[in-house]
Amino acid sequence: MTTIAHVKRALSTNPLKSSAPLGAAMAYLGIEGAIPLFHGSQGCTAFAMVHLVRHFKEAVPLQTTAMNEVSTILGGAEQIEEAIENLRKKASPKFIGIASTALTETRGEDVVGELKEIVSRRKDFADTKIVYAATPDFEGGLEDGWAKAVTAIVDALLEPGDPVWNDRDLRQVNLLCGSHLTPAEVEEIARIVRAFGLKPIILPDLSTSLDGHVSDAWKGTSLGGTPLSDISALAKSAYTLAIGESMRDAAALIEQRAFVPFRVFRSLTGLKSVDAFIRILMELSGTTDAPPSLKRDRARLSDAYLDAHFHIGGLKVAIAADPDLLFSLASTLSGMGAEIATAVTTSTNNPVIQDLPCTEAFVGDLGDFQTLAGESKAEMLITHAHGRHASAALGIPLVRAGFPIFDRLGAQDICRVGYRGTRAFLYEIANTAQAHHHRARPEDFGADPVPQEFEHVSYAQAS
Amino acid sequence: MADVLKDKIADVFNEPACGVNVSKSEQQRKKGCAKPLTPGAAAGGCAFDGAKIALQPIVDAAHLVHAPLACEGNGWDNRGAASSGSELYRTGFTTDMTELDIVMGHGEKKLFRALRELIEEHQPPAVFVYSTCVPALIGDDIDAVCKAASEKFDTPCIPVNAPGYVGSKNLGNKLAGEALLDHVIGTIEPEEPTAYDINIIGDYNLSGELWQVKPLLDRLGIRILGSITGDARYRQVAMAHRAKVTMLVCSKALITLARKLEERYGIPFFEGSFYGISDTSDALRTLCRMLVEQGADLELLTRCDALIAEEEAKIWNALEVFRPRVEGKRVLLYTGGHKSWSVVSALQELGMEVIGTSVRKATEEDKTRVTEIMKTDAHMFENMAPKDMYRLLKDAEADVLMSGGRSQFVALKAKMPWVDVNQEKHEPYAGYMGMVDMVRAIDRAINNPMWADLRDPAPWDEASSVTQPLPPLKGTCPVTNVSNEVHQKRALEPSLAALESSAVDFEDC
Repeated sequence: MTTIAHVKRALSTNPLKSSAPLGAAMAYLGIEGAIPLFHGSQGCTAFAMVHLVRHFKEAVPLQTTAMNEVSTILGGAEQIEEAIENLRKKASPKFIGIASTALTETRGEDVVGELKEIVSRRKDFADTKIVYAATPDFEGGLEDGWAKAVTAIVDALLEPGDPVWNDRDLRQVNLLCGSHLTPAEVEEIARIVRAFGLKPIILPDLSTSLDGHVSDAWKGTSLGGTPLSDISALAKSAYTLAIGESMRDAAALIEQRAFVPFRVFRSLTGLKSVDAFIRILMELSGTTDAPPSLKRDRARLSDAYLDAHFHIGGLKVAIAADPDLLFSLASTLSGMGAEIATAVTTSTNNPVIQDLPCTEAFVGDLGDFQTLAGESKAEMLITHAHGRHASAALGIPLVRAGFPIFDRLGAQDICRVGYRGTRAFLYEIANTAQAHHHRARPEDFGADPVPQEFEHVSYAQAS
Repeated sequence: MADVLKDKIADVFNEPACGVNVSKSEQQRKKGCAKPLTPGAAAGGCAFDGAKIALQPIVDAAHLVHAPLACEGNGWDNRGAASSGSELYRTGFTTDMTELDIVMGHGEKKLFRALRELIEEHQPPAVFVYSTCVPALIGDDIDAVCKAASEKFDTPCIPVNAPGYVGSKNLGNKLAGEALLDHVIGTIEPEEPTAYDINIIGDYNLSGELWQVKPLLDRLGIRILGSITGDARYRQVAMAHRAKVTMLVCSKALITLARKLEERYGIPFFEGSFYGISDTSDALRTLCRMLVEQGADLELLTRCDALIAEEEAKIWNALEVFRPRVEGKRVLLYTGGHKSWSVVSALQELGMEVIGTSVRKATEEDKTRVTEIMKTDAHMFENMAPKDMYRLLKDAEADVLMSGGRSQFVALKAKMPWVDVNQEKHEPYAGYMGMVDMVRAIDRAINNPMWADLRDPAPWDEASSVTQPLPPLKGTCPVTNVSNEVHQKRALEPSLAALESSAVDFEDC
């Protein structure tokens, strides 16, 4: 049991969190033909868009209802309607995902009601699916916004089913992906599922939309993602695999609507976590064996454990991330004998933070992270790219994980899940530790330095 | 909106020094120069964004954003304004307002406490406090908090009232200028004012552009007293009222600030640019002439002419190297404002063909200049939809797109070279030496050998030659264990054997 401490300060220095609407936008971008729409002032959108572009190095179709002073006070229903109309004219999206912001939530708009009225009145909007999630900036962070958006998608687009008379496809499973998974990780998990002869419906699917690829034409919408037809087919699946505790609500909603049983996998990093996943896949595919490639991967990971434990055992690591990512990385490293010297997270909504492999976790920012990591004598930092300030100040290496990573290419390609991904992750940590290897000095042990006069001075230097 | 802020906005929109504004009718002028934003088709930052952009390059000051998370959390440390000293401006400070703060009205108290914590820990020369949509909506009085904190902690706390919903980035720039006029400029006297002190307004020293110009000013003995704001120090901005001349760089937004400096402190100003060779020379000449009018020694003009002659000759020599590599290349320019023409002339001089230039944000004056330089107005356009631009580039009607970050992917995804000429760029292109850097960047982009490889068709898109027919796939997949061999000896697990055998793989084998 981890106790959760809040840092008692009015000032937040170097934010760790990205905002909830941004998380919702990211989830919406995992739907095919989508445009996320922020209900707020145009700055809310501009900041989020720059943030997303800097991370993915891709054009991001993100739009705004452009609330001004008057519409903020009188209500923004007209702005929403006009925005939908303009988006349809400009890019004919199949899906518009709306996320509210602090501005509209402070006023307290009834967007659900207004949207219902708009959609019933505007028959011409019928061929665009419109989904709304309430994601005020002042409540939670990226992970919360993502989770709310996924739940909203299921809520809006999945029709209630009959518990008995349904036409189950026993080879089809739902794969709900949490915000902590990169496009490459989604792809790796899908590969593992497919290796068992199962067909996953991936929601949301960043692996085909934000994986960084050149397509044949210019689109004003997301470049791939979960097809809308797949979302209604969620009801026919045999099972729901939810990756990340934050996906529990969405999985439970699918169960409630369509009677599809589910299981939450808090982490798919680390030998035992992946084993648990493979076990359920074996069950679902009705086999007692696994595909040879996976067996080979597991054997390799076992070897990586052997090689890496020399470097990771006893390593003091400080991690700052959204709850699911924090849990996943911390439990893996702790399972390798590392000490989680500092854990900082963004939100208390996810119960997973109570089960971190450390006695205390803080809800705070990167300023707190720097102070705490310094005090706990951490030897390595793991957080997103903004951690570079703390890394420079403390003089310890930074392993980039989470969002945003704007100062490295290939953020979408980082894969730390499955047997293969875990292996890569262990090597990454071990190599970072080796690269910053401290060479022993006599002073380290309390000895006096070797006297200067014994040192050989070359002729050139002496003269 | 507070009446004070309303008056401020009306005031900055009524700008007699702005050509566009003067040519408007009385009624139009009242509406201000902000275009109404279209929901679903708006782009660009809000007023808060604009205010922060304008003030953040005061590098030794702390910048505290009074807001829920998004305003600072999604945007801190994301600009390339370079500093030669303090790094405090890159630290993200925010009150991170929570639901409880908003509902219980704890905003002001939290802001005050945040100011105390900040000042105790960092001892900055000043703190800029930015208001945003939510605190403005719930009525937090940041002016009062700043006043109390300034007295209590003996550190100037400057309120910047530019909540996002009041308008665009441009308006935010203006409001930031007002904050400087009201609270900063004129609060400190320089120890030794000279006849060669100038203000530069509107250059944010992105990637160090100000430093590309500084050597020229250094050689002329001209000192940048007030840098508003690029690589600026708080005290420097506070002394800006003692400069002799103000140069307004590529910024219609801060013209109000320049005009008010003239009205209040008698500092004449001119609009100039350090982009392009002729522009740089013009700017230097005007600067020196005005300094002489203000009492600088007459010989400054001779030195200035000598410097310009020397630098221009040097730079044309340096550029000549690139001529064979860029001559005849067709450029599509999508920037705006004065950059539309100031770069065009230099590119044409090197034998490049400018097939089109956008004139968004450009004034009538700018447009006339474009027509003059291009000899026709056929190549001017306002906005271009990404789809059209993509088609234009895909059909190879241009060899390179020079634009800001927003259209970056339009060019790249069309497999066309792109050169960043806007504010987020990572290379400085100012002054004489900046022009060489820009042409080098064009050369590097256009002549990269990878374009040919990239545009060649994939093996399966090539005209196919006849291949011999093969028998269907046989055997067992080493990855998935799935087999289409009926007589295979290898025993499968009963459950897997029950699996329908298929000629199609689940996997990539």
